[in-house]
Parts: sequence; structure tokens; C-alpha cells
Amino acid sequence: MRLFKIRGGVHPEDRKLLSAAEPIADLPLPPLLHIPLQQHIGAPATPAVRRGEQVAKGQLLAPNQGQLSAPVHAPTSGRIVGIGSFPAHHASGLNVRTISLQPDGEDRWSNAIEGIADPFALAPAEIAARVSAAGIVGMGGATFPSAVKLNLRERYRLHTLVINGAECEPYLTCDDRLMREQAAAVVDGVRIMAHALGVTRILIGIENNKPDAQAAMEQAARLDDRIRVVHLPTRYPMGSEKHLVQTLIGRETPARGLTADVGVVVHNPATAFAVHEALRYGRPLVSRVMTVSGGAIRRPGNLRVPLGTPLQYLIDHCGGFEVEPARLISGGPMMGQPLPSTRVPAVKGSNGLLALTVEESKWRATMPCIRCAGCVRACPCGLLPLEMATHARTGDLERVADLGLMDCIGCGSCAYVCPSHIPLVQYFNYAKGELAARGRIKQKRIETKRLAEQRAQRMAAIQRAKREAMAQRKRAAAAQKSQATNTD
Amino acid sequence: MKLQDPKLLVQPAPLLKQPLTTAKAMGDVAFALAPATLAGVWFFGLGALLIVSAGIAGAVLTEWVFSPSGQRRAKLLDGSGLITGLLLGLSLPPGLPLWMAFLGGVVSIGLGKLIWGGLGYNLFNPALVGRAFLLATFPVAMTTWNAHTGDFFAVQASILATPFLQATYDGMSAATPLGTMKFEGQSTPLWDLVIGKTSGCIGETSGLLLVLGGIYLVLRRDLDWRIPASILLSVAAFSLVLFLIDPAGYPDPLFSLFSGGLLLGAIYMATDPVTSPITPKGAWIFGVGVGLLVVLIRVFGGFPEGVMYAILLMNAATPLIDRYTQPRVFGKGIKTP
Repeated sequence: MRLFKIRGGVHPEDRKLLSAAEPIADLPLPPLLHIPLQQHIGAPATPAVRRGEQVAKGQLLAPNQGQLSAPVHAPTSGRIVGIGSFPAHHASGLNVRTISLQPDGEDRWSNAIEGIADPFALAPAEIAARVSAAGIVGMGGATFPSAVKLNLRERYRLHTLVINGAECEPYLTCDDRLMREQAAAVVDGVRIMAHALGVTRILIGIENNKPDAQAAMEQAARLDDRIRVVHLPTRYPMGSEKHLVQTLIGRETPARGLTADVGVVVHNPATAFAVHEALRYGRPLVSRVMTVSGGAIRRPGNLRVPLGTPLQYLIDHCGGFEVEPARLISGGPMMGQPLPSTRVPAVKGSNGLLALTVEESKWRATMPCIRCAGCVRACPCGLLPLEMATHARTGDLERVADLGLMDCIGCGSCAYVCPSHIPLVQYFNYAKGELAARGRIKQKRIETKRLAEQRAQRMAAIQRAKREAMAQRKRAAAAQKSQATNTD
Repeated sequence: MKLQDPKLLVQPAPLLKQPLTTAKAMGDVAFALAPATLAGVWFFGLGALLIVSAGIAGAVLTEWVFSPSGQRRAKLLDGSGLITGLLLGLSLPPGLPLWMAFLGGVVSIGLGKLIWGGLGYNLFNPALVGRAFLLATFPVAMTTWNAHTGDFFAVQASILATPFLQATYDGMSAATPLGTMKFEGQSTPLWDLVIGKTSGCIGETSGLLLVLGGIYLVLRRDLDWRIPASILLSVAAFSLVLFLIDPAGYPDPLFSLFSGGLLLGAIYMATDPVTSPITPKGAWIFGVGVGLLVVLIRVFGGFPEGVMYAILLMNAATPLIDRYTQPRVFGKGIKTP
């Protein structure tokens, strides 16, 4: 199949060999699970269980709040020991509402769990409803509620489902392992999603550094001739949704649009697997595969982790640290977030836990920009990172936005190639955050003004009404009086 | 493990970095220039080595003196002062008094770089600023070309002249190939130009070694190949046009490519990342502009050589070129169907 070229990109050392050979192992249940109510983009779920309540595996703990939200289920059977706040799986380490569950060790599924023998007989909307009820979100890390994407057929003319098996982040091997070990289940999930979307073509893109996954998926995809496994060149950021679509079908997604604008929906293999589990067996999303890797980990590997497991438990299971890690990251080394501590729980979007040594993360002091333009050549979005960073540093954020800040996907290719080690992505994140904050302040000001004006109008109306009522009473009194005089 | 380890809190992604650093890139440039420098010393004798060293000394010393005391080490280790001094030295005539070369180095770094705000902020190529200063201040010394003396260790008297006292330019003077072409209408055998057996500035004569160094830098991804390629192609193209119009009056394209400072300028000076465009399209515009100016100055200007001014003029145009050549942003201008 002919592939289309995208501009820019980099070739970091993939370092996947650390964990690529390790089969997915089931992580034993930890003594306590902390299940955050927000593990997705959108509104947090609202708790529907009480402290002290006994729950079964897969039981609904907190239903979703509105369309753009996702419910949370019990990862195992046990007792709810608390509903409170707990440090989030986020760089900030801020507390979020979290349900704490003490496993009873039986790991007993709820009786309400029931699968469907033939999901293809269901109406597309019914599939999306079940995916939504199972709490499935984009498991590549974006955590966008999957059902919303499966419902896109209502508003767009879709023709292709793309499965993003690029896994272009170094170190991560969870999708690779899943596609190798569960190829049939992943393909089944893909076909169910294709049915929900009503597409005629399915492209499964896998980078060439995963030949075993390519072979396994090709084997499993034979039963459906709509499916094509595409071998992608190994190049970061191949897994960027819009760039992957561009590579596969040669169509560029409009700036700030959705891939659905060009008729394509992109899902992750792990999401497909979760859809398979949810539709065939009725199992909600209660666990996921994570890669635990990095030079500081004694025994790197791939684990099926119950959601809510404290990360320290994963590290201990992998033999602990061989050396003191310099960096602890959630996700891959190119776009991952630093973790505030190892107490935080694994969530739906966690694809990797990396503990990097000093040598691996190569921190160096920042030097002046020599305008080498390495970042311009590396940027897959056609931006001028060095100019954007210069303006962000001087605080001229409007100029940064003019230069295309909002089209930046934050892939970090620019900062990766920078010979002066300028933290370019950091500048862009600062500018994005600051612009958003300014927008909120502006919005607030407009809103305050509107409310104040409304109040003034309301007050004026009340005054007017009062005056009128008074005048009416007066008139009535006067009339009564005159009537009284007349009758006298 | 400590739970709130401060080391875990700071560094933003990406945590992987490619191995190339600014200092390494500068080291590569110095390495690439080494053969041409050695050839210059071989052809022009020990005096040439002294001149190049004086240029480097002036540049590095100025960098050191004007850096805040805490940053001196880092500023010298980034190697940019060394490269500026070396490039300046290579673009000087082989009989220049040492004190002039030293002064050129001082001006290169002082007025060419530091006054703009240091590394990365200058508009013009520092080495060429220093050279332009010398050419304006000491026009005679800067255009006196000494022929090969034959004796490697013989240092000409003019090189050791005392500062500001009139030096004597009595050595065996010989015109450069471009000079003989311009003023006498005589060409020089191509092979002499290629290996560098002609008169001219210290580092500019050996075309072959300069090109080899350039290929090394392109392979190491230290320089943008578009700039030398576009300069050389456009010089060849414009010269060819003139040559076809009047083969007797104008030099042939190969002569134009290998004579004067074109290769040194196109490969090592115009490609200075700080003063050249950052966009691929901009690099082509910049290169064609330099090429056109080189031919115009050489053929119609008062000087036989125009590489220096061509590059300086295009340096001035760089911000403008950058502004109008930003690549198309991904997804921009794509209509939602």
C-alpha cells in the first residue's frame, strides 16, 4: 500500500527491547485500590456507593455525569473503605475525588455481567451505549470517551476506521504485546467498532519495529477482507492521530478539526480490546496493560494492572529499583508526565511507568539558541518552534498564538533535536496555559458584566413595579374615598 | 525511595535528547576546516599559521574579557569564538601584519557578536564583520597578496610589523586569480584552483579540501546543505549566462566556482546558522541571493571579489526572508468538507 510522507519527525532510540520480550503478566491484587472518579476527559463520575458497602468486580461504582464523561467500575470484589480525596495521577499531585476499595481476594465478578453472543446484530447506537456503560475511554493516553467517537457517524460521513498501533513512544511495549498475544480479541473489537461506525475500510497501522505484532495481526485479520494491516515506517510522532491519517490516506485533517472531517475515526488497539471484552463478555473497563520499564527498573515488563493500583506496587512487583531513578514518568519519555510520587494510582490512560536513570534522561544545561533550525526541520506541524519560544519568553503570547501555538501537538520533536537543550515544549505549555487563563478571565469579566447588567435591569423592573403598585393603590384609595364621600 | 523527591518534580518531557550539542557542532566545523587550514599553512608558510592564530587569539580573548566572570568557562567551551577567529584568519591575506589579524578578531567578536547580545543574537556573520572592518581600515594591507616564498619557516617582515607604524609591503606580490581575471583578463589553470596552488587568502585557495570538509559537515548534519548548494548553483548559472553571452570577456562557470573565497564563504560562512534563514524555502532564497550578488559584484563592482559583501547583505535580509517563508502549518487552509 502506498504511504504518504509527512514532514518533520525524529528517530529517537526506541529502547523497546527492555520489555518487548516480556509476556503480559497479571499483577496480583494490591491490598488497597484507589479509584479516581476522573480518569477521562470530561466531567468526573458521581459516586453511587457508600462507605462500608460490599461490591463485586465490575459493579458500577460511579455513573457518568452527562455525555462527555465515563463511569467507573469496581476493579475487583471487596469493600468500599472510603470516598474522599487522594493524589491524582498527574504531574501536579493535586487531590481528586477517589473511591478506596479493599479487595476481599475473591475477585468475584458481578452477577449482572452478561455478554452478547452476536454484537453484529446490535444497532450501532446500542454498541456505542454499551461501550459508554463499560466506561471505555481512549487508551492510548488521551482518555477521550470512546462512545462519543463511535457516535460520530451521526454527524460525519465516515469511510475508514484507523487503528493506531504505531506506539511510536520509546520504551512502551504494551500495545505491541497486546496485539501479539490477543490479536484475535483486538481484531474482534476492531470489527465491532467498524460495525458501530458503519465504515467500509479498516486500516491497522503498526510501525516496522514491531514485526511480530504485524504478523500476529495480519494472521488474525484474515477473517475480514475489509481489514488491512499497514506497515508504518518507524518515526516519531507516527502515532499522532492526524499525522497517522495523513500517512495512511494522504488527507490532511483541517487545522483544529477532527479526523472525522476527512471521514476517518482513529482508535487504539487497547481500546479495541476493551470493546471486545465489553461486548462479548459484558466486562467493563477495570484493568489495562501497562509497560513498566526504564534503566532503573530491575525487571522491566508488561503487566495487566487493575485500575487504581498504587504505582509503588507495580515497581515492587518488577523487583524494585536497581539504581535510584532520576526521573519517574507516566507514559512515554517524549510526551509523558513526571509523576509527583509513587503513591498515585494507575488509571485508564496509563500506558507506561518509566523509571529512568541519569544517563538515560540526559539532562543538560540550556544554552543560547543558535538558530540552527533543527526544530523547524523536526516539527511535524510546520511551525517555527524557536520563534515561538522566543516570543513566549518575552511574554508576547498573542504573537506566539499567531505563529500557530494552537496547532502545536506537543510531541516534543523540537526539544528532542535542540542542540542547545532549550525546553521548547515547556515554553509552549506555559503559553497555552497562560492564554487559556487569560481567556477564562476575559470570559469571567464578560459574564460578570452581563450578570451585573441583568441585575440592574431586574432591580429597575422591581422598582418600577413597586411604584406602579403604589400608584395603583393610591388611585384605588382615592377612588374609594371619593366613592365614600359620594355615598355620604 | 523518597516519595517527594525533588528530582522527580522538575524536568519536562521530552526526556530523551539527541546526542548533538552546540559545542559538538562547533567542534565538527573546526575539524572540517582543519585540512584546508593545514593546506593554507603548507602553501603560505609559518606566517600563515601565525596570522590564523592571531585572529583566533583576538576573538577568544575578547569573548573572555567581555563575559561575566561566572560564565567565562561556558562561553569559551561552546567553541563559537574559536570558529569565528578561525574563519576570520582563513579569510585574511597571507602577508597581513599579526596585529591587524588580532584586531580583526577583537572586532569580529566585539562588534560582530557581543554588542548584539552574544551568541545567537547577531544579525551579521561575526567573522565577516571583522573582515569588512579590516578591509575598510587597512585597504592596502588587505589587498596585498604575497606569492609563495618556497621557504616554509621564512616569516615575511610585513607579518611582524609594529602596530600603527607604516609597514612595508615589499615582499613578492602576486595578484589573485580573480584579480588577474578582472584587471588583466587572464584565467588561471583550473587544477591549480582546485588544489589551491594560487595566491589568495590563507584558507580559501584549496577548493578540494573545502568541499571535502563541507561534505563531512553535511553528513554529520551540522549544516544545511541547501545554502551551499543554492549559492554554488546560482553562481554557476549566472556565470554561465554571462559566459555564453561573451566567452572572451567573462570567466567560465568552473573558474567562478573555484576562485576567490566562494567555497569558503558558501560552505562555512553563509551557513552560519545564526545569520542564515531558518526555513528550508528561506535557505534557497538566501543562497540564490548570495550567488547573484557574488556574480554582480565580481563582474560589475569595483572589487575583484564579492563573497563577503554578498553574504553580509543577505544576512541583513534574513529576518525578512524568515518572516515570509514559514512552512504551511499542518491542516491550515484545508477546508472542512
